[in-house]
Amino acid sequence: MKLLKLVPDNTNIGFVAIRKWAFALTALLTVLAVGATAHKGLNLGVDFVGGLMIEAKFPQAVDTDKVRSTIGRLGVGESSLQQFGDANTVQIRLPLPDQGGAGAANAVVEKTRQAMVAQFPGVTFSRYDTVSGKVSGELIQNGVLAVVLAILGIAVFSWFRYEWQFGVSTFVAIVHDVLMTLGFFAITQLEFDLNIIAAVLTIVGYSINDKMVIDDRIRENMRKYRKMDMKALIDLSVNETLPRTVMTSVTILLALGALLLLGGHVLRGFTAAMMLGIIVGTYSSVYVSSSLLISLGLTPQTSDKKAAKKGDYAGTAERVGPRDDGAKP
Amino acid sequence: MLNFSRWAVFAIILPLAIGVLCAVPSFLPDSVVTKLPGFMQTRVNLGLDLSGGSHLLLEASTQDVAKQRLTNMEEQVRTELRRGDPRIAIGDISSRDGKLSFMVRDPSQVDAAVERIRPLTQGAGLTGQRDFNVEVVNSSTIVITPTEAGIKNAVKSAMEVSTEVIRRRIDEMGTREPTIQQQGDNRIVVQVPGLQDPKALKALLGQTAKLEFKLVDTTANPSEVAQGRAPVGSEVLPYVNNPSGVPFIAVKRQVMVSGEDLTDATQGYDQSNQAIVNIRFNSSGGRKFGQVTSQNVNRPFAIILDGKVLSAPNINEPILGGSAQVSGSFTVESANQLAIALRSGKLPVNFVVVEERTVGPGLGADSIRAGLIASVVAVVAVAVFMFVSYGRFGMYANLAVAINVLVILGVMGILGATLTLPGIAGFVLTIGTAVDANVLIYERIREERRRGRNVVAAIEHGYKEASRTIFEANVTHAIAGGIMLALGSGPVKGFAIVLLIGIATSVFTAVTFTRMVVANWVRRTRPTDIHI
Repeated sequence: MKLLKLVPDNTNIGFVAIRKWAFALTALLTVLAVGATAHKGLNLGVDFVGGLMIEAKFPQAVDTDKVRSTIGRLGVGESSLQQFGDANTVQIRLPLPDQGGAGAANAVVEKTRQAMVAQFPGVTFSRYDTVSGKVSGELIQNGVLAVVLAILGIAVFSWFRYEWQFGVSTFVAIVHDVLMTLGFFAITQLEFDLNIIAAVLTIVGYSINDKMVIDDRIRENMRKYRKMDMKALIDLSVNETLPRTVMTSVTILLALGALLLLGGHVLRGFTAAMMLGIIVGTYSSVYVSSSLLISLGLTPQTSDKKAAKKGDYAGTAERVGPRDDGAKP
Repeated sequence: MLNFSRWAVFAIILPLAIGVLCAVPSFLPDSVVTKLPGFMQTRVNLGLDLSGGSHLLLEASTQDVAKQRLTNMEEQVRTELRRGDPRIAIGDISSRDGKLSFMVRDPSQVDAAVERIRPLTQGAGLTGQRDFNVEVVNSSTIVITPTEAGIKNAVKSAMEVSTEVIRRRIDEMGTREPTIQQQGDNRIVVQVPGLQDPKALKALLGQTAKLEFKLVDTTANPSEVAQGRAPVGSEVLPYVNNPSGVPFIAVKRQVMVSGEDLTDATQGYDQSNQAIVNIRFNSSGGRKFGQVTSQNVNRPFAIILDGKVLSAPNINEPILGGSAQVSGSFTVESANQLAIALRSGKLPVNFVVVEERTVGPGLGADSIRAGLIASVVAVVAVAVFMFVSYGRFGMYANLAVAINVLVILGVMGILGATLTLPGIAGFVLTIGTAVDANVLIYERIREERRRGRNVVAAIEHGYKEASRTIFEANVTHAIAGGIMLALGSGPVKGFAIVLLIGIATSVFTAVTFTRMVVANWVRRTRPTDIHI
């Protein structure tokens, strides 16, 4: 049986040579993403803005305008409706009543339910969330904090582990990945809720993973070929790891694709974000972060100095994985 | 690397076998699992988004606690100074801006007053911290200020009591496996699987259920009561169902009997078939109630719940049996709720629902089904892809992934962790990482073979070099996962739990386990070339 090889042996693509183009394209896309986020804004879910979210399931396809007018007559504030999943499911968003606290929110749900049942017999509320402004503020704060801390924590880790250039290039690439994801949500206006924060954190984790693998190889080659030109060395490292980069991305995209198509509507935004993140993350690993090392002035000598200073550090790294536990050959 | 000692093999197989075994109960129906011995009942709980149910986040008003304490303090100061010997006359009592201040009429008694108050302000804790500060202003006014530590302690104990009371109330409702947990300083999370309509639950948690019996002040002037003024020693309380039409009534401040003296409360009916709550006092409560009712035959008394008068029946004869009826325009449902609330004790503080999420059982079931189908398809797709790419080695990786999934479920079962919808997504991603570890190793072996190393050396090198990278990648993942677990709420947390468990188990299955399997194969067949 002939085994599948997505990337042929001895592939040698000159990634470093085209880095100026890649940087320009990346910068352009990032600016576009930031612009889109600033201009259109994110479609923040009730988790982050507070309010009331009802998911109503109708026995047959329903006209959202009719639903809107039914709710409009109740005087419970301006509703925003969205077809969700299929034609039978509508997501209704309402503002929280200004006064009256929890009881009032409950009354709104009840009122809406009665009016809807009267107008559309057989309708059921398959889910509803009420989040007060106070809680939603905290959720935003914690979500943003989690993402920022994760990026910083990982960048610091790779800085201590390698040279500072690796920390900076990883940091830049990760910020790029996050901004692109935000831009995607701004353009598609998919709902941005707590789940998406988990997705963003996973994207960060994965993207880092990619960069670690390549950075690790660059460092290994720097020790192996002390005289090699830095550009050639980075190209060599990226190409050597390319089969793995592509294999892993394809595998994960396969898994996520299954989740996107079959995982139900609740997870759709989550998986879409993740797929985009994997693609963007892979791109930034291959085209941006490693080439950026050259622009940041990484030379084989910097590595030597660090190795001399922390000689045994690199030594222990070799033995980190389980190698000889058990027996000698 | 090809020789794994008997012990090493044992050390690798045993934890995996335990993990897999612990995953088994999650797949069995309820009826079988309950028959298993306790240590085998390691099941993964389904989150509310999968099982359907209600999630409520309750927040206690800390200001309430502080205010309540000040009121209690005022009461204690009054009793201590006015009833004590010698009596110290005080006036101008006011509690404003969270402080209690009063004037001692005779300036020569100020020091004595401070001495008498001092014991009341001492904290109960061992740290010797004061609950209140006492100072003398303008030589005759005493100001009592609660300390930060005092308020903090009070809130802490109020939260502990509340969690317990809420648990009792929900248990009384007969719902299955509720989760009641304190979150942060002043919040409680309540999760009730399978509950469709949290209205009753919220009504139950919304009342503090402070029950008091007080005598009605019949000497009060009705027109003054209507304006909210009561004679000395009495107070005006709202009374919505007052037959006289005025929604207020004057009652004596002194409490006849309170809810603390209850031993039982049940819903019942009176002669006219109206829903009521039957209550039973403990012996001291029954004695007090008997005494007061004997002395006040033919006078009305008020039944007061959470500061509102429910009804004010006449005492027709002394009530000596230690039991009484609480009437007050109840429906069967509301009478039942009150009975539950009274049985479980009063909440020391008021709670507001700040977050509520309810998932219907239909949607939950849909989500489980969709999640399962998607997971199966994802696993099959990945497995086929791995096989096509790496042949025999791909199958080893697939075996490792299958074991990994079971071990994650087993570990979740042991930890009693909850599987949520984002958790399922976490699973899919864990599969991705686990596969990535194998991809790294196999690609490295391919490379080493291309460089001309022999089979054994290539495999050995592949595992060694890739292990370092895998370790580093997993550390970064763990950093992200740890932050999610620490800061995230709800869905983010559910995702992080699976991710973190998966990181730990996948290194073991994807690296150590496959290495053992590969080594075993190489030792048996001694291949001169490998197809990878």
